[in-house]
Amino acid sequence: MTLTVTDLTIARGGMPVLAGVSFTLMAGHALILRGPNGVGKTTLLRTIAGLQPALGGQVTGAEDQIAYAAHSDGLKAMLSVRENLIFWAEVFGQTDIAPALVAFDLCDLADRLAGTLSAGQKRRLGLARLLVTGRPIWVLDEPTVSLDVASVEMFGTAVRAHLKQGGMALIATHIDLGLLDAKVLDVSPFIARREVPLGSSDEAFL
Amino acid sequence: MKALLIRDIRLAVRAGGGFGLGLAFFLIVVVMVPFAVGANSELLSRIAPGVLWIGALLACLLSLDRLLALDFEDGTLDLLATAPLPVEAALSIKALAHWITTGLPLVFAAPVLGVLMNLPLQGYGWLVLSLLLGTPALSVIGTFGAALTVGIKRGGLLLSLLVLPLYVPTLIFGAEAARRGATGADVSTPLLLMAGISAATVALMPFASAAVLRVNLR
Amino acid sequence: MSLWEYANPVKFLRLSERVLPVLWVLAISSVVVGLVWGFFFTPDDIRQGSTVKIIYIHVPAALMAINAWFMMLVASLIWLIRRHHVSALAAKAAAPVGVVMTLIALITGAIWGQPMWGTWWAWDPRLTSFLILFLFYLGYIALWEAIEDSDTAADLTSVLCLVGSVFAVLSRYAVNFWNQGLHQGTSVPVTTGQRSVADVFFVPLVVSMIGFGLLFLALVLYRTGTEIRIRRTKALLAREGRN
Repeated sequence: MTLTVTDLTIARGGMPVLAGVSFTLMAGHALILRGPNGVGKTTLLRTIAGLQPALGGQVTGAEDQIAYAAHSDGLKAMLSVRENLIFWAEVFGQTDIAPALVAFDLCDLADRLAGTLSAGQKRRLGLARLLVTGRPIWVLDEPTVSLDVASVEMFGTAVRAHLKQGGMALIATHIDLGLLDAKVLDVSPFIARREVPLGSSDEAFL
Repeated sequence: MKALLIRDIRLAVRAGGGFGLGLAFFLIVVVMVPFAVGANSELLSRIAPGVLWIGALLACLLSLDRLLALDFEDGTLDLLATAPLPVEAALSIKALAHWITTGLPLVFAAPVLGVLMNLPLQGYGWLVLSLLLGTPALSVIGTFGAALTVGIKRGGLLLSLLVLPLYVPTLIFGAEAARRGATGADVSTPLLLMAGISAATVALMPFASAAVLRVNLR
Repeated sequence: MSLWEYANPVKFLRLSERVLPVLWVLAISSVVVGLVWGFFFTPDDIRQGSTVKIIYIHVPAALMAINAWFMMLVASLIWLIRRHHVSALAAKAAAPVGVVMTLIALITGAIWGQPMWGTWWAWDPRLTSFLILFLFYLGYIALWEAIEDSDTAADLTSVLCLVGSVFAVLSRYAVNFWNQGLHQGTSVPVTTGQRSVADVFFVPLVVSMIGFGLLFLALVLYRTGTEIRIRRTKALLAREGRN
């Protein structure tokens, strides 16, 4: 199984931000996206996850394979940690949430309401959600925001375990996750130049 | 799908906004009416079916802007869009949850409020039946409105402006059925027409709702 | 040469610039001719007296109120299916014209209804339907205004227009069922050919209707042109603003 991105052009607010992005991600590997703020990493990840249409190019191998996690985790403050995880597990057709609780050290918190957790604990719950989806490709946007050193370590371990089982990870991050053999892709060279046509919507008016 | 239904109902119950608020609003609207039109029991019993229908409709409308907006803000809709569940199904389930937490309690509360409004005895059955058949349409049409306005800050007022004209046929047939029931006339025509509208909207509206929600998530 | 070529904004602008002057002249002259003829050169009605003359505004406005919505429906469909921007913008441009026509029909109807029925407003099916149509117009325009991204707005309003059309038709039947009305039958039935107005009134009425139709066309073309220029300015600014 492979995730292939070919000559992808993406737009934010109708304006092309990155053009000609191409890479291949094989099973068992991780790819770290880097680049300055506002360069379009989030937009790229959303496009690959199928949440917004690309201006051009192709993404293959992503259909129904992606577990996406961004800044907001889709957690409900009025549900307990366990209920939140069970909900997402069932939506993705899974049942077992125990490994996810263990991997992110949430067992003691399992019956607390998600609204009473600290920011870092919430983040861990949001990441634990990835484990209960059963999806092979993790697409993560700044996953370590508000995590302490120990939790980042925990997250790195979870990603490594996921990769060992043949999973993949596509991560936009600025810090070192301890993924030694992960490839790094700097997206700055792909910044869309002026020659790149505007989105189909505006191009018609010029 | 069951998971989403259970979660939505659980959230509505725990957050206190679902069951409680809609019902309380229904009660207050109905109680306000005699203050406005006078305590003449003959007049009240004549307008009772219409007042109860309007009250139920407004109570339904009240909770619509929370139906999708909360899930939009915390990213749940994004994540649901990448899940194996089709958006159409997810929205149908959410509409069902809205009906169970808002529409259904109204149906049960209506006879009690009917007493306050001097509803003639023969009208109770038809009032409950018309609400039972009509409120699903209100929830499904409301979901469409919620999906249209989900990306708009302070979309609540706009939501009402968009949804209320769409409620007109349901309201006309529903209130007419309840009114005819109360006066002992034949209710079958308006009741059947409203049931038809309900069935058609429940079957078709989720497609329109999903189409606009996809646009809004883009 | 296909009709769809005019879906290109620039081509559309060039065409509308050539057509509009002629269209304005035709529209204004036939409205003026129709109204002056109707007001000053037709006899008073036996029963309704001179109040009947409001028909020369009321009927054409009511006709265009419905036709404008119908045009928006077609334009919305074209946008959803073929993604022609001009089509979406034309629908946007038509809505305020349609809402004004609806308002004119409602107000002239009230003015006519006062001496005839003895009331400014009755919950007659036709009046009620127009009021509901007015609400649909308001919702549609409000949705356009509320959304910043114009393609998103075009998509959402188009779906609203489709769904709204279905519910508008439903409401029409529901309202008919709900209250039998006072309103006289349609003045110009297309299908039966049986007219309820005599020729002396009918000919200026037709002239006036043609005038309102042309006026609607001219206004929509003009407003669509404005919308296109706004979009074009935005696109040019966006291109300049890029690094």
